[in-house]
Amino acid sequence: MPDTLVALYVFVLSCFIGYWVIWGVTPSLHTPLVALTNAISGIIIVGALLVTGLDSVGTVAEIFGFIAVLLASINVFGGFLVTNRMLAMFKKKDK
Amino acid sequence: MEISANTQAIAYLISAILFILALKGLTHPASARRGNFLAMIGMALAIAATLMGGEVNSYGFIIAGVAIGAVIGSVVAARVQMTAMPQLVAALHSFVGMAAVLVAIGTYLNREAAGTLNPLLMGELSAGIIIGAITFSGSVVAFAKLQGLVSGAPVVFKGQHALNAGLAIVAIGFGVHFGMTESMTSLILMTLIAFVLGFTLIIPIGGADMPVIISMLNSYSGWAAAATGFTLQNNLLIIVGALVGFSGAILSYIMCRAMNRSIINVVFGGFGSDTGAGESAGAQAAQKGVKSASVEDAIYWMEDANKVIIIPGYGMAVAQAQHALKEMMELLEARDVEVKFAIHPVAGRMPGHMNVLLAEADIPYENVLEMDEINPEFPSCDVALVVGANDVVNPAAKSDSSSPIYGMPIIEAAKARQVYFLKRSMRPGYSGVDNLLFYQDNTSLVFGDAKDTIEGMVSALKGGGH
Repeated sequence: MPDTLVALYVFVLSCFIGYWVIWGVTPSLHTPLVALTNAISGIIIVGALLVTGLDSVGTVAEIFGFIAVLLASINVFGGFLVTNRMLAMFKKKDK
Repeated sequence: MEISANTQAIAYLISAILFILALKGLTHPASARRGNFLAMIGMALAIAATLMGGEVNSYGFIIAGVAIGAVIGSVVAARVQMTAMPQLVAALHSFVGMAAVLVAIGTYLNREAAGTLNPLLMGELSAGIIIGAITFSGSVVAFAKLQGLVSGAPVVFKGQHALNAGLAIVAIGFGVHFGMTESMTSLILMTLIAFVLGFTLIIPIGGADMPVIISMLNSYSGWAAAATGFTLQNNLLIIVGALVGFSGAILSYIMCRAMNRSIINVVFGGFGSDTGAGESAGAQAAQKGVKSASVEDAIYWMEDANKVIIIPGYGMAVAQAQHALKEMMELLEARDVEVKFAIHPVAGRMPGHMNVLLAEADIPYENVLEMDEINPEFPSCDVALVVGANDVVNPAAKSDSSSPIYGMPIIEAAKARQVYFLKRSMRPGYSGVDNLLFYQDNTSLVFGDAKDTIEGMVSALKGGGH
């Protein structure tokens, strides 16, 4: 099976997992859900690392990669920390 | 230390599993923090596995980028106000979009230098760039609208849809040309047009449709990551992209259903407006035959009630009235009044916005119920207190088939024994529809800023009342 077809298999099956998992999320946590998915879409940093780290000869690609790493890591750090901050506020009754 | 490609693949698989478990954790507030923690481990693992793999050879730029990003991200996350969460999310979406564009172009440059381009790869690159660019500029517009940098009102002009369709066709055309000829010019033109398209797609959408737009851009940022995964043959990016893409898509669907509108209608509608004149409220109210009440009247009914249900809307967020509401809730509970909060799915500027604001004010989540859970309780409720909401309690959605909001599911505040509306003015809600609930016999309007009014109620309750 060609690689692209394998990738398509992975993609389609992941869509199904996403569908089932997300419907289980409680509506009261929809804002943290958006923040968390935002943080994990920072996974694009993996692509940015691959572009940036290929070699160190100062190519244009390396500069683009650097900016992408920077933006994605704002997403990763900002996204996870703000999600954590929000979730910490959801408390039960303390009586 | 360098790890083999196989080890790296296993690490990515574990990371993907951790992300899925993290989302699963959001099923309940009690397990949610652990979920977020699992996702952090997954991300750390993915980044470590990538850095240790054979494809990354130079680290200078990477360390600098991650370090600066970490500082900016952490500071913003620690400082942002909960009311500003929609803006923050929009800004972060734009970063994912831009990163996807940069990664795709960088991949093209690297592959071109190595002479390993092929048409399939260039097709995937084009898809990644178009989706990423639309996500970026669309999110920038959403951010500007939410932050008040531009008017939240929909900007509609003649030929808008034709323009958007034209731009999309031209962008795809350049993408195809790029795939066939490896022309750098086509690549650049395609990218620029996709940026313009993101702008023209989001600019017509009104401020109060933001819950849908935030969800939609959330979805786009996922698809952009997935497209990047295809170009890099990286399964982890594909899996995460699909999860995020579907999350945003499902949220968009839930938001649209809660407004009884199709996604097509929201995206192309240019419905509603954020602006409106604040007229002399009392006079207009009298003209229209609605009753207005004082803070004392409302308190008189609430302090002897068995059950009070509070319906917050975006107006509560604007007035920052959630902390005063919490104080009022405690004073009423001390008088053995049961206090609950009723949340409509589209209240606020993003999905679940109200829940976060109430949680911020330390209101326990057991007291905060979703529309479908709380609606059966209204007939046994003594006082419904509407704070900064409007359309979501309008009975016209059920009774008047000619109303633009007909068919929208509503919170049935109308069935409570007494209804108090905290309002700044008589101006209609964002749909522009008059609220039938104002004219009901058991409804009274309390005019004023929501926060001031609630604080007035709090001090009346503290004073011992009647």
